[in-house]
Amino acid sequence: MAFHKINLKINGVLEQVDVASNMTLLGMIREKLALTGTKNGCSAGECGACTVLMNGEPVNSCMVLAVECEGADIVTIEGLAHDGQLDPVQRAIIDSGGVQCGFCTPGILISARALLDRTPQPSDLEISEALVGNLCRCTGYLRIVDSIREASRM
Amino acid sequence: MINPHPGLPEFDYFKPASLVEASQFLASHVNQARPMMGGTDIFVRMRDGVWTDKYLVDVKNLDGMNEILFDPSNGLKIGASVNMNRVIASSEVNRNYPVLAEAASKVASYQLRTRATIVGNICNASPAGDTTGICMLLGGVLNVHGVDGFRQVSLDNFFLGPGKTVLQAGDIVTSIQFPLPPPGLAGRYIKLGRNNSSDLAIVGISVVGFPEKSTQSGYRFKLALASVAPVPLVVGNLESILTQKSINDETLTEAAQAAMDACNPIDDVRASARYRKLMVRNLSLRALKEVWEAIKQ
Repeated sequence: MAFHKINLKINGVLEQVDVASNMTLLGMIREKLALTGTKNGCSAGECGACTVLMNGEPVNSCMVLAVECEGADIVTIEGLAHDGQLDPVQRAIIDSGGVQCGFCTPGILISARALLDRTPQPSDLEISEALVGNLCRCTGYLRIVDSIREASRM
Repeated sequence: MINPHPGLPEFDYFKPASLVEASQFLASHVNQARPMMGGTDIFVRMRDGVWTDKYLVDVKNLDGMNEILFDPSNGLKIGASVNMNRVIASSEVNRNYPVLAEAASKVASYQLRTRATIVGNICNASPAGDTTGICMLLGGVLNVHGVDGFRQVSLDNFFLGPGKTVLQAGDIVTSIQFPLPPPGLAGRYIKLGRNNSSDLAIVGISVVGFPEKSTQSGYRFKLALASVAPVPLVVGNLESILTQKSINDETLTEAAQAAMDACNPIDDVRASARYRKLMVRNLSLRALKEVWEAIKQ
């Protein structure tokens, strides 16, 4: 199986990584770059635990090949905070009690950030629709929706 | 024991520099190589061990495949690499073919739609494809690049069975194009899933309707069904009922019954065949009535 040398930007830092053809973006993030905030839930593009931003748009990183990321700009949960300041969605999900077991939280926060980037003042329906691809088995979603609404007002 | 996180099997990733190179590579590796767009279906099948290709050929972004073009005299062309979120957000699509955006918005989740494409949805040839029916009703034609160059394939003659199409080894669909919509066209896509969000369709109902002076009723309706036959099903019988008889609650009900009679669903994990048939009738009637309200003059 062929290996590929790829260059990409991850959380603002340029990296060069050797990846096998069958390595996913998720595998590269967790295993090559040791950024384990991004979670592997279903490996089928359904649960959203592995959601990251690829060139500003959310993707399921289990459904993207690492080799496809040549030249891409990737942001993971580790890249949401800037200069020691939490992103407003991170601050809000803590304050609103939107975290229980925490497994879905990194993916939820990435989806929320992407939503607020394209729709700064979303309705509750738009928040729910943006979270269709992020499954949470603990919270019942209400406090997650609350926290994204709160973040949109910060 | 079932492995909850099966990795992708071994394969080689190949990114050709041109369509010609891509078609030649695919044609010289029959049953070993598969063209890839967003991969949202391919990776699931490969992890499940259903597909065992030795090569994935990444055909994204070759020769203008990443464009949406609307020409007021010819219609709409959506490149094969254009993801569903771009289709949903396109002002040209929303102005001229809003039902296409509606159907695309029912596909999976936002982050999956960042990768998923209309052309990929069609080439996957799942009877459950959400956008397939509307693409057929809007007169979609595929531009296909093969070893002998370009040709056009109508969606009317494209699907052969679940996952089976008329495409040959070496063929790459580069775009889908639609003629201008008939004046006054309205459409609706109703998807019934096990939940209200990202599930595959138990049944999917695509309807378009528009005024047409030459018919006896003064209108023409078209309806396509997802998940109730081996291929996406256009109900021809319905079209003739609603062109020949004046449109009212009774004839719309008759048409919905024709849709139910035309389909041939199976029992599966998502629903029974009987339930699917009943839902085809009920939801077809709902969709037909909504379209009728939107177009009646």
